[in-house]
Amino acid sequence: MELAFFIEVLAGGLLAGVMYSLVALGFVLIYKASGVFNFAQGAMVFFAALTFVSLVERGMNFWLALVITLAVMVVLGLAIEKVVLRPLVNQAPITLFMATIGLTFVLEGLSQLVWGSQPHGLELGVPDVPIEWLSQKANINISQFDLFASAVAGTLVAVLAVFFQKTRIGRALRAVADDHQAALAVGIPLKQIWGIVWAVAGFVALVAGLMWGVRNGIQYALTFVALKALPVLILGGFESIAGAIIGGLIIGASEKLAEVYLGPYVGGGIEGWFAYVIALVFLLFRPQGLFGEKIIERV
Amino acid sequence: MLYREAGQFKTSYAADQQIFPILQDRIGVIAVLVLAFIVVPLIADQYWLGAILTPFLIFSLAALGLNILTGYAGQLSLGTAAFMAVGAFMAYNAQLRIPGMPIIGSFILGGLCAAAVGIVFGLPSLRIKGFYLAVATLACQFFVLWALQRFGWFSNYSSSGVITAQKMVILGYELDSPQAKYLLTLFVVAGLALLAKNLVRSETGRAFMAVRDMDVAAGVIGIPLMQTKLLAFAISSFYCGVAGALFAFCYLGTVEPEAFNLDLSFRVLFMIIIGGVGSILGSFLGAGFITLFPIFLSVVSQTISHATGMEISHAIVSNLELIIFGALIIFFLIVEPHGLARLWQIGKEKLRLWPFPH
Amino acid sequence: MTQTQRRIGAPVLAVQGVSLSFGGVKALQDVSFDVRQHEVRAIIGPNGAGKSSMLNVINGVYHPQQGTITFKGETRSDMNSHEAAAMGIARTFQNIALFKGMTVLDNIMTGRNLKMRTNFLQQAIWIGPAKREELEHRRKVEEVVDFLEIQHIRKTPVGRLPYGLQKRVELARALAAEPEVLLLDEPMAGMNMEEKQDMCRFILDVNDQYGTTIVLIEHDMGVVMDISDRVVVLDYGRKIADGTPAEVRGDQRVIDAYLGVAH
Repeated sequence: MELAFFIEVLAGGLLAGVMYSLVALGFVLIYKASGVFNFAQGAMVFFAALTFVSLVERGMNFWLALVITLAVMVVLGLAIEKVVLRPLVNQAPITLFMATIGLTFVLEGLSQLVWGSQPHGLELGVPDVPIEWLSQKANINISQFDLFASAVAGTLVAVLAVFFQKTRIGRALRAVADDHQAALAVGIPLKQIWGIVWAVAGFVALVAGLMWGVRNGIQYALTFVALKALPVLILGGFESIAGAIIGGLIIGASEKLAEVYLGPYVGGGIEGWFAYVIALVFLLFRPQGLFGEKIIERV
Repeated sequence: MLYREAGQFKTSYAADQQIFPILQDRIGVIAVLVLAFIVVPLIADQYWLGAILTPFLIFSLAALGLNILTGYAGQLSLGTAAFMAVGAFMAYNAQLRIPGMPIIGSFILGGLCAAAVGIVFGLPSLRIKGFYLAVATLACQFFVLWALQRFGWFSNYSSSGVITAQKMVILGYELDSPQAKYLLTLFVVAGLALLAKNLVRSETGRAFMAVRDMDVAAGVIGIPLMQTKLLAFAISSFYCGVAGALFAFCYLGTVEPEAFNLDLSFRVLFMIIIGGVGSILGSFLGAGFITLFPIFLSVVSQTISHATGMEISHAIVSNLELIIFGALIIFFLIVEPHGLARLWQIGKEKLRLWPFPH
Repeated sequence: MTQTQRRIGAPVLAVQGVSLSFGGVKALQDVSFDVRQHEVRAIIGPNGAGKSSMLNVINGVYHPQQGTITFKGETRSDMNSHEAAAMGIARTFQNIALFKGMTVLDNIMTGRNLKMRTNFLQQAIWIGPAKREELEHRRKVEEVVDFLEIQHIRKTPVGRLPYGLQKRVELARALAAEPEVLLLDEPMAGMNMEEKQDMCRFILDVNDQYGTTIVLIEHDMGVVMDISDRVVVLDYGRKIADGTPAEVRGDQRVIDAYLGVAH
């Protein structure tokens, strides 16, 4: 009984963590390629999901809506790169970060201006109900949808990993992440690369938005999902895809476990801040995260 | 020709160190102070005092606090609202539980409690920097709000953590009217602004800026990094705490922890980005802008509504507000990273030459 | 001329058996030398010889794995830079470490940091002890400003100054601390002939007027021969020569490693 419950909570936490990872992936992509911490990732998730669901609700075919939303996200990504990032290209990272905060507000306002501000539900064909044989045989409730989301996330990560390691463009992206000047010197078209990166990040945002949309509905609060991705990135490092996944799993699991097992002692509601405190503690002992690179300052 | 400095030579270092070395500036500032302290309370109506000027002053104070920490000392913080909350709730508790406590004393106590919280959550700054530190302050933001809601002591066991600020009495006078609240706020904010200005011009201010610009070098020349960073957190949180207390006592009257949410922290951050990071004047300009802009927008939309007969919904206006704020942040960061304060300076420099072109 | 007027005293700083590595890289291996009071000591050597690392060890930025530094009678291997500054060691850096967001005057004033006693509350009130202290230190800083002839750029933000002037401001900041030992890391790097002559003049004047002991890293051989009393030569982290400029210039090992054909 106890063990079954523990497994249920753990699994639930891990799978929630997968959701965080999906959002964190978008961050990692952009950070890897352009060194910018894109605070607007959450707003991009929101915008993607909202666009998709609004198109579907207006009667558009599921797959067509998906393609169109993807196209919109790509265009959005390119526009962001051109209007916001390029003018700020040599500024301090903190300036770029604040610009993405401004971008967040623009996207939020724009999303709601265009599509309205009521929450939407979303159906993707996989119901959010416990897997039958598991709950009957072992009394463990794990949602079918959660499993589906993990499969999607896993596939996405695998595709991205192959993309970065094996393809020419992926190599170019890694070169740009390492050193802009050097990449330029060997003829890598920087602007195109950044455009591609933001487009891919937009795609990842769309996937994340869809997954979250089914779970929590598509509403304004989705933009704050970005904030939860921050502790994930701190644990996993800002530049590691594997780190985003593992970080997400750890955060998701510890959050849920803390809420269930520690929560009752302090009256509950721990989930709101527990992830951040974990991140904080981590930062004090290992600022570069599990997979990040150590930062050395020279005078 | 009005703004010429000709003939205004400084013959001592003391004269050179003045806050307003140019005579015309001094006259200008005195005029503003007279306007603020004397003219406004006499002629302004309740709406202006209660809904515009008083919150403007309060947010200027919060922006000032954040500017000290982020603008001068370079420690990014997203927990401003949490410090304000601590100030508000502890001032309330001081009034409630300490018999005979004067209201200013409660404000100061609220500020000191906020300073203590600031020091605790500022400790990570000794090891982490930049937006990693921002994440640490996020932890503070979420944790403080949770604690204020969870532990009933803070709100005297009211439901959902709501507190109602007590009546303020100074030397027998009850501060009830909008004029009185405005004047108290003005008095507190002006005083703290003066102290802040003195502070940033002195060695402490220089130490802050050294830590901001290159903390490794600062350490090497002898500036104590730990004390400096923690002092910045403490002073900044004190200012935000007092702002929070004023927020509860002189503005809203009734507050709950949710009023001090992350959104408010971002607002104050926007104020200093637009107003000018690392500038006392900038804190006021930014706060003024962000306080007045929504009102300006709704007036414009109402005018358009009446003129064209079209109904512009409230939702549209508030979304437009978001978009324009965001766009302005980006605009300022690209075009003038030092914000309105720098634009003001450039304007003054042009004025020195006026009416000549160069 | 100035060499006979100055009285070079006993060793005030001694480096004993210092070894420093970063991971697998050995930056310094068993280096020992001393610096006498009031002298101008040059450290020279090819790039990567460990010269900057040596300065960093002396003022506590790096801690050596082996060896000690003796300064003013105290022998330590774990001094941190804050203590070094308090004990009277000031320095400049190879890549200028000025505070770009502040004016020249403010930057130099930060050099007085350790001598200021008022706390932040007094400073916030300003009137009284804080104002007096600020003006007193301002007077001292203005002396340094006069000395280095930078009056005309006092209120300029340092970020806007040309490279040569920035180096001079960095020197001013180090001088403002009234140090006993001044560590200069390539103070003339990137300067043209005229700027170098100015800088030489300033360094010699500092040594003359204030009696400050100077340890400097420098690549320009002409400068080294002209202004230094004694020279230490490093190569791949080891000391290969130690003596007067003339002695070092004639040393075969130095010629092989660094100087090339003697001319």
